[in-house]
Amino acid sequence: MSNNQNKSAMWKRLPIISHYRKAVGLQKGMLVIGLFLSGLFVLTAAFAPLIAPFGYAQSADEEGRFGAQEAPNAEHIWGTTVGGYDVFSRVVWGTQTALMVIVAAVVLSIFAGVILGLLSGYIGGWLDKVIVVIADAIYAFPALLLAIVMAIVISGGQSSMFGGIMAAAISITVVFIPQYFRVIRAETIRLKAEPFVESAKVVGASNVRIMARHIFRNATRTLPLIFTLNASEAILTLAGLGFLGFGIEPTAAAEWGYDLNRAMADATSGIWWTGVFPGLAIVLTVLGLTLVGESMNDLNDPRIRGRKRAGKNGKSRESTEAASAPAVHGTGMEITNE
Amino acid sequence: MSEAVNAGDAPENQNPTSARDAVLTIDRLKVTFATDAGDVHAVKDVSLSVAPGEVVAIVGESGSGKTVTAKTILGLLPETAVSEGAAILNGQDVISVSAQQMRQIRGRDVSMVFQEPSTALNPVFTVGWQIAEGLRAHGKVSRKEARARAIEALSKVGIPDPEHRVDYYPHQFSGGQKQRVVIAAALALNPGLIVADEPSTALDVTVQAEILELLRDLRDKFGTSIVLITHNMGVVADLADRVVVMYQGDVVEVADVKTLFAHPKDEYTQKLLGSVPRIGANSASATLNVKENPFGEVLVEAKDLEIEYPGRLGKSSFKAVDKVNFTISAGEVYGLVGESGSGKTTIGRTIAGLNRATGGSLKVLGYEMLELKERTFKPLRKDIGFVFQDPAASFNPHLTIAECIAEPITIHEKRSAQDGLARVRELMDAVQLPRHFADRYPHELSGGQRQRASLARALALNPKLLIADEPTSALDVSVQAKVLELFREIQAEFGFAALFISHDLAVVDMLAHRVGVLLRGKLVEEGVGHQIMNEPKHPYTRRLIGSLPVPDPIQQAERRERHREMLREEALGNVGY
Amino acid sequence: MTSMIDTPEGQTMEPAATPGKPKKQGLGLGRYILIRFLLIFPTIFILVTMVFFLMRITGDPITAALAGRLPPDALAERIAAAGYDRPIIVQYFEYLGNLIRGDFGTTLSDNTPVTQVLVNYGSATLELAIFALIVAFLIGIPFGMISAYKRDRLPDAFLRVFAILCYATPIFFAGLLLKLVFSVWLGWLPVAGRTNYTAELEGLRAPTGLYLLDALRAGNGTIIVDVLEHAALPAIALGLLTAGVFLRLVRTNVIGTLGAQYVEAGRSRGVSEYRLVTKHAYKPALIPIITVMGLQMALLMGGAVLTETTFEWKGLGFKLAEYLTARDFVAVQGIVMLLAVIVALTNFIVDIIAALIDPRVRY
Repeated sequence: MSNNQNKSAMWKRLPIISHYRKAVGLQKGMLVIGLFLSGLFVLTAAFAPLIAPFGYAQSADEEGRFGAQEAPNAEHIWGTTVGGYDVFSRVVWGTQTALMVIVAAVVLSIFAGVILGLLSGYIGGWLDKVIVVIADAIYAFPALLLAIVMAIVISGGQSSMFGGIMAAAISITVVFIPQYFRVIRAETIRLKAEPFVESAKVVGASNVRIMARHIFRNATRTLPLIFTLNASEAILTLAGLGFLGFGIEPTAAAEWGYDLNRAMADATSGIWWTGVFPGLAIVLTVLGLTLVGESMNDLNDPRIRGRKRAGKNGKSRESTEAASAPAVHGTGMEITNE
Repeated sequence: MSEAVNAGDAPENQNPTSARDAVLTIDRLKVTFATDAGDVHAVKDVSLSVAPGEVVAIVGESGSGKTVTAKTILGLLPETAVSEGAAILNGQDVISVSAQQMRQIRGRDVSMVFQEPSTALNPVFTVGWQIAEGLRAHGKVSRKEARARAIEALSKVGIPDPEHRVDYYPHQFSGGQKQRVVIAAALALNPGLIVADEPSTALDVTVQAEILELLRDLRDKFGTSIVLITHNMGVVADLADRVVVMYQGDVVEVADVKTLFAHPKDEYTQKLLGSVPRIGANSASATLNVKENPFGEVLVEAKDLEIEYPGRLGKSSFKAVDKVNFTISAGEVYGLVGESGSGKTTIGRTIAGLNRATGGSLKVLGYEMLELKERTFKPLRKDIGFVFQDPAASFNPHLTIAECIAEPITIHEKRSAQDGLARVRELMDAVQLPRHFADRYPHELSGGQRQRASLARALALNPKLLIADEPTSALDVSVQAKVLELFREIQAEFGFAALFISHDLAVVDMLAHRVGVLLRGKLVEEGVGHQIMNEPKHPYTRRLIGSLPVPDPIQQAERRERHREMLREEALGNVGY
Repeated sequence: MTSMIDTPEGQTMEPAATPGKPKKQGLGLGRYILIRFLLIFPTIFILVTMVFFLMRITGDPITAALAGRLPPDALAERIAAAGYDRPIIVQYFEYLGNLIRGDFGTTLSDNTPVTQVLVNYGSATLELAIFALIVAFLIGIPFGMISAYKRDRLPDAFLRVFAILCYATPIFFAGLLLKLVFSVWLGWLPVAGRTNYTAELEGLRAPTGLYLLDALRAGNGTIIVDVLEHAALPAIALGLLTAGVFLRLVRTNVIGTLGAQYVEAGRSRGVSEYRLVTKHAYKPALIPIITVMGLQMALLMGGAVLTETTFEWKGLGFKLAEYLTARDFVAVQGIVMLLAVIVALTNFIVDIIAALIDPRVRY
């Protein structure tokens, strides 16, 4: 097998790309929409300084103060908030905050969750029992309340941009660790009983070797999926914290939940633009990430996955079994090409 | 492919009844599936017919299209399938009827018996409810009447005390009884045709005999036609009137059962029949004398060995192995036979240090397994090889075949990569696996090839002892034959001792010098292979051998008679074990 | 017709066979319930301990609430009076002791026992949760089944995007939109609150605090309509979030059981597709569905906090947000603990229900 071929096969096996190649019809549509929205979100965050006409805490320019609660107009295409900020600019800057929180939270919780899950699942015994009880307790606890408690602990409630982001990220991490832990632990326990792990044991492989070489890669198969699903949950938790006044100060960074909090009173008096735009930003971002995650989930599960209908076009195969063993023909080894 | 019998006109030539009064006529059926890799032609050209009261077996290995053909008859193919041709059932073509008509046909004209009775029954409904569902689907029935008819169906299939058991849930029945319930549900509306898809494959051989007996009885008493889907030539010889042999989506031969077994015409059929292991045909112990022991030092010695699984949360523990004594000497292949739950796998795993012994004594290469400590046992591991049952699951999907085979070498010997690779090549040669497979991933190999690689891995360090746990039971019969042959050659060449675990007496007879028979954790009989097979002493062994169907319809009919006789005697004499 | 096939049952060789006698009944379930009940305690204990120490890492509640508003010596005096200057371990065990006696502490901002807050505001949250669950069940379960049956076709795609939208829309944003449309622009429904007839309802003899129930008891049609009008938007906002989760849950599990062999077995006997989905596939799917629904109670509680704040629905969540703004951490800690206990108890009940549905546990 040539090296080149191997490489092209490698990138085709990457998550998302491999999923895209497998998808058909409506599933492909959902995946594409999800990828588009997620991409838009990441790009906006990356180029926020170029896109946003004003700063997130800017309430005046050379021509003077913006004025509060101004309806959308030529200068402020989405209007201004009660605090006199430009709604469009704050929505754009908000992507940065959201992205930073997602990355920090998910990275932290993946590390902690994966390591704990591997150890707990593989070693078992009382260590496992203790960790499981704790994780289950946290898992059953309202995530938002836990995040609030953590936010109080870390920042006493409000803080600067970095402090606020880290506070939010760590609060979310604490909520997510049990989720990663559960998934990885369950996978580890399943894999532990698999013959290939047992065969490593019979051969005399050490526990560290078994965990690192045989279990780790197989257990982390589902991580990209949890990543996307949790990223969307992270945004919702961040917004919830902001809404309850435990997020980031408006002068420190732009945060959609906080803006929505301030917009609640506006809505009662019919001022819609201060709330609708940041709210839509949350919905579309979460929608995009969830669509990607859900599509990946479906495509991973052959039971759920849809297939193209058999038709005239498309390559033909000789038998069902051959599809999984393309290289068997002509070896003369078996009677059938099972 | 080999020259096949022309499948198109086969029914005209071979079928004793004309197509007009046939229960089922399949004409030039073609089924295509859509998959990721493109279209798969699962069934290419199949024609056959089934007369009233006839048992037609469709035989083939995996990928032959036999199950797809069966599902077509009931319109149960998934949406990704496209079928062409015709399948006429009581005058209606099931391929072209509407969904509504198909629903009416199912259960009333044709019904199905599934391979795995525990998944074919819904765990959260009573069996009575499930049988009644089929009745309710074909017209209004009162609750009382449905219950009465469910009880009637259950008693037809020999479920004792049906009035009471109609309210049981599936998990309250044993495996064989569950299959009886599935058959009862299929019979509820007295359909003219039953499609039985591997109806006895998931069952132990003694239970299999009972289920086959039941199916034969139903045919004799009610004239039900049966389409029997199976890979097992013994089952075919036992039950079928006529046989359709399929290979890769095509019919290669159609013949009545006696003709087929006596004079198989097609090359593939001949090969298939030749691959079926038979007791006494190729016995490893044929030349062994009962009295003397030609083997070397004792490597494994079990004395009153007990293995208990702890109960969970106050439930009592389960004794999987109870006071078992045996030895395995250098160079000897010891066959361990038993049905599911007999403890045979537990013994194998305990010898390999995967389970713990809890009582008695088990010495493996001089090491007392009762005091197993991973650290002290590890040096001995290089002398023990293990071949697992499922070749697909026993390789890490992320490692290449060469890496998998080299794993024991990397762990136990500090060899250079080059040196290690050379050894891997040698091993691959030894198990007749082409060298270019070294860089492939496990999923790119077929089942038989994977099992060869598994053998290579087990042999990597020239072990003194090899444990093979049902190494061929996941393989097709023709592949199994090759792997078994290979195992024999290698064992003779390398000279290791082996514990060969299997449920299949014929397979064990082919390989094992000495054989132990396990029943519910107890070793009921032990001896030289041919002695056990030919003059079994314990009634359980006799029953085990008697219920194994042999691939020869005439001989099987005689054996069946003898087996029945034996059961009757046992029932009278109340032989207990 | 009834002919026994001659295979005497006594000869069955299978280990599982205990012919004639069903396995021991009842005992298994009783033990399960007991063990499951005992498991509540470590859960609550861990949460109590965690919340307690977390909240106290940063200092005592009095400093948090009153620092800057009181002179330092007055502050120190109040801290000493409340016992917050003692070692944390002593305070912890005292707190535990109080909890066991049902004393969740006294709020700083309005000097009310936390249990009193629960009594006063708990029923409002309960009523909201019930309304929301009704909405969630009515939408989630039937649409989940349709989505599973029509999987990968247009209705399924629509329903799945709908489910994701339900989940992706923060409750306060859903609330904002609902208010804008139905209250401000259309003027059909009230903006916030639980009723305009508080006095009438509270004046009843032994009010339950569940306003719909009280209104029904009062037998006043105007009040019933008023209560329902007030409840509509909050129930929809919180219900939709939960409905989205339920829809996905039902869909995934029913797809799983639809692929099971027993469904195919039912089909092979001519059972209709409708019945296969609603009976054969749905009931076995119900066991995991119910278990996971139990875990959604946490989501519902978190959502209730946001819903109540959004709609000024004066329940526990609303009070919690108030206490948070006032930095009254004794109150926050007390309410959080209470909600944790409620979640743990609901999970217990839900697991028992799931076990009761499963005959493999029951028998």
